Amino acid sequence: MTMVETSAPRSLYTADARTKARNAAEKRFRIYGITAVVIGLLALVVLLSSVLGSGLGAFRQTVLSLPITLDAKALDPKGNRDPAEMAKATTVTYAKLITKALEAVVIEQNLAPEMSTKNIGALISKEAPAGLRDMVLADPDLLGTTITYDVLASGRVDGFFKGRVTMESAALDSNITPEQLQLAEKLRDAGLLKLAFNTGFLTNPDASELRPESAGLGVAILGSIYMMVLVLCLALPIGVAASIYLEEFAPKNRFTDLIEVNVANLAAVPSIVYGILGLAAFINFAGMPQSSPLVGALVLTLMTLPRIIIPTRAALNAVPPSIREAALGVGASKTQTIFHHVLPLAVPGILTGAIIGLAQALGETAPLLLIGMVAFVKDYPGAPPEGILDPASAIPVQIYNWTQRADPAFVERASGAIIVLLVFLLVMNSLAVILRRKFERRW
Amino acid sequence: MTPGLLALIVLALACGGFFLGRFRALQLVGKDLRLLHSLPGYYGQTVALFTAVPALALMAAWLLAQPVVIDSRISAMIPAADLPQGSSRNLVMADVRRIAGGIDLMLADGSLTEADLRDMRADFSDIRSRMADVGVALGANVQPSVFEAAKDWRALTGFGRLALTALTLAASLGGFAFAILRIRPEFRARNVSETFLRWLLIAASLVAIGTTIGIVLSLVFQTVHFFQLYPFRDFFFSLSWNPKFGGGSDLSIWPLVWGTLYVSFIALAVAVPVGLFAAIYLAEYASKQVRSIAKPLLEVLAGIPTIVYGLFALITVGPLLRDWVAQPLGLGSSSSSVMTAGLVMGVMIIPFVSSLSDDIINAVPQSLRDGSFAMGATHSETVKQVILPAALPGIVGAVLLAASRAIGETMIVVLGAGAAAKLSMNPFEAMTTVTVKIVSQLTGDTEFASPETLVAFALGLTLFIFTLVLNVLALVIVRKYREQYE
Repeated sequence: MTMVETSAPRSLYTADARTKARNAAEKRFRIYGITAVVIGLLALVVLLSSVLGSGLGAFRQTVLSLPITLDAKALDPKGNRDPAEMAKATTVTYAKLITKALEAVVIEQNLAPEMSTKNIGALISKEAPAGLRDMVLADPDLLGTTITYDVLASGRVDGFFKGRVTMESAALDSNITPEQLQLAEKLRDAGLLKLAFNTGFLTNPDASELRPESAGLGVAILGSIYMMVLVLCLALPIGVAASIYLEEFAPKNRFTDLIEVNVANLAAVPSIVYGILGLAAFINFAGMPQSSPLVGALVLTLMTLPRIIIPTRAALNAVPPSIREAALGVGASKTQTIFHHVLPLAVPGILTGAIIGLAQALGETAPLLLIGMVAFVKDYPGAPPEGILDPASAIPVQIYNWTQRADPAFVERASGAIIVLLVFLLVMNSLAVILRRKFERRW
Repeated sequence: MTPGLLALIVLALACGGFFLGRFRALQLVGKDLRLLHSLPGYYGQTVALFTAVPALALMAAWLLAQPVVIDSRISAMIPAADLPQGSSRNLVMADVRRIAGGIDLMLADGSLTEADLRDMRADFSDIRSRMADVGVALGANVQPSVFEAAKDWRALTGFGRLALTALTLAASLGGFAFAILRIRPEFRARNVSETFLRWLLIAASLVAIGTTIGIVLSLVFQTVHFFQLYPFRDFFFSLSWNPKFGGGSDLSIWPLVWGTLYVSFIALAVAVPVGLFAAIYLAEYASKQVRSIAKPLLEVLAGIPTIVYGLFALITVGPLLRDWVAQPLGLGSSSSSVMTAGLVMGVMIIPFVSSLSDDIINAVPQSLRDGSFAMGATHSETVKQVILPAALPGIVGAVLLAASRAIGETMIVVLGAGAAAKLSMNPFEAMTTVTVKIVSQLTGDTEFASPETLVAFALGLTLFIFTLVLNVLALVIVRKYREQYE
């Protein structure tokens, strides 16, 4: 009692030191929480913007629009327009034509008076003649005419217009000189050189270390599509079948428990272990061809299975027992109940789970490295079904492959490929979300 | 006949079987459905199942077994004396297959006939140059025994193909006939086909067990092989990792385990506080709108492929840390470092910690919170003194799962941590991990005879056991905790 009388009277609303400290602690705690969320979101933003920033360049490519005279004498010396005869004119011949066209332009506009033909020709990609040759072989009527053809510029010139190559770095570079870059600038001012949309990036196969300008994702995209279709065809039926058994039929015993523990563990096994399994079991033991989409798909199927089984079981479990009881009540057998009534109702959930599992499989890299998909593949795999045994690449592996190369132009390609991969993933995940929104039923 | 075409034929037969079975059942009772035990479709279904499933299963088993059987028979034909210096049976078998492929090509383009082939001998004709003509490059001249082996390999493979076709078709037609002849009005077709279907479902769920067995067998088998070539003691009780191609490598696991644990530790040091605080904030403080936006966005981090994080570490985080932290502090000049990989991996596993913790915090009963508030505790005090202790086992489980994720992660460390096996405390130095070494020892030329390659399986087994223990531990802890409040 005495204590109360000696202390000064105070309002209940003025906090004492202890309350202040507690409130401050409360505020701090809240701020920690907000900071944590912000750090997480910031990391996402930085990650995506860094990749987008360095990868968008890959979708634009420097090309030279040149009027090229397709000299019939050089390309078809016998003049009979026989494709077999014309195929004898190699890319070297075409390279000469392109260089000649560029030189003519340079001389006509007096852009670089002292430069030699060879140095002028170095502005052009070594891959450009092959494209022109394919075009002429496909359409022999072009012979003898003058066409305006977009010639791929060399990787260094491309890098110069994207800021990767500078005059200083060119002075130290054996592949390009500052004079050549000045010529390129003049060509741009003359409207002959421009940055155009790079369709080749999505359709071309990979190119060698020295020709980053023509490297593309064509083989990788095709390989990824093959694998995803196979994974879908294998993992979805097996996964759904396993889920139906485990959820609807399996008696509660040790054997069922064993399978369940197994599935849970398989979902958490590091993906690289699946790669080792694929290498040892499919390639070494069963003798399947290395780097083939078939082996990649089998490995990814085993990896995806638990990721399909878990959501599928959840979807089956979410179908209310009243549906089963009603079906059984009117005389359906257990199998009929499940296949005619339960499964159709669980389909949206199953598909959502399957698409998300597939999206994970699409981005998986490590297991594919081990089964040989890192190999340099320049030929498109054949048409299915035989094509699934041909060597192919996959988008994530192609990205890894490009990061291992010395020329910084490949970093841009790798980031560009990531954008492609993320677009695929975005489409798949949006599809899953739409399916869920549209068909989800709450009981 | 190619396996694809064969499978199509079997499927077409099964399809026809369905309609034929249905038709026959209907015909037997003169369209009077009441006389049938089951609906007509079930009679068709039994025919389709008996036609397709055994035949396809046989085909799959044959395709898996054929190369193994043929290779073991052929490789016994080549005497050990004919193996070139420094080569192995596996490499020679690869040559055998290549030569056999070359023979097929030569037959196809007409430069060789079957009769010529029978008389052709490696010691009389220049196989290597003739192979080169059809685009098959061989490393060395062909030994006579290898060429004979290639001829036999080709013959056996051709025979295998033929036998496969014959057996598959026989199984398919056999099943077809068996099922068709069984059809009677009183035949319990629905029960038969449902039992059949149930066995298929069981087989599908056995794939999970098969996968585990496959993983364990392939790892253990090759690990045993590795320890036959490389002393057990050096693997576990030495401290240096230095593989050499010529042999005499030092292959100790410790530098790799150290790198793995160091990277994982940094990753967890990033992810656990951030993930946990984010989970607490989202579960306890955030308004519904904030939660509905921030939670899925954080989970996007888990959906981004690891190769993307790897590239992020390689081109952004690594150079940044090197130029702004490591070099000014004089700690190193490598852009790939434990810190780079650890930070990026930490970002990757934030959602693993936050999502699971979020679920677990939400599962703590509201009554505990209300009790704490009633005693006058502030919100943060409630979280710290009531909710977290109650959720602790679950959170530990979440952290263990995140740790197992970090240890098994490959692409981030391949691109971000470097390849030098070192035992060092400096986080700005490049170190390497178990997963990086599995990749580097197994990519490229995989010849399964040297300890340098086989060590990857021992590493894989270590990794598998490590993550398995962590996962099981986490599952047990989480499961136990969940039971508490039910």
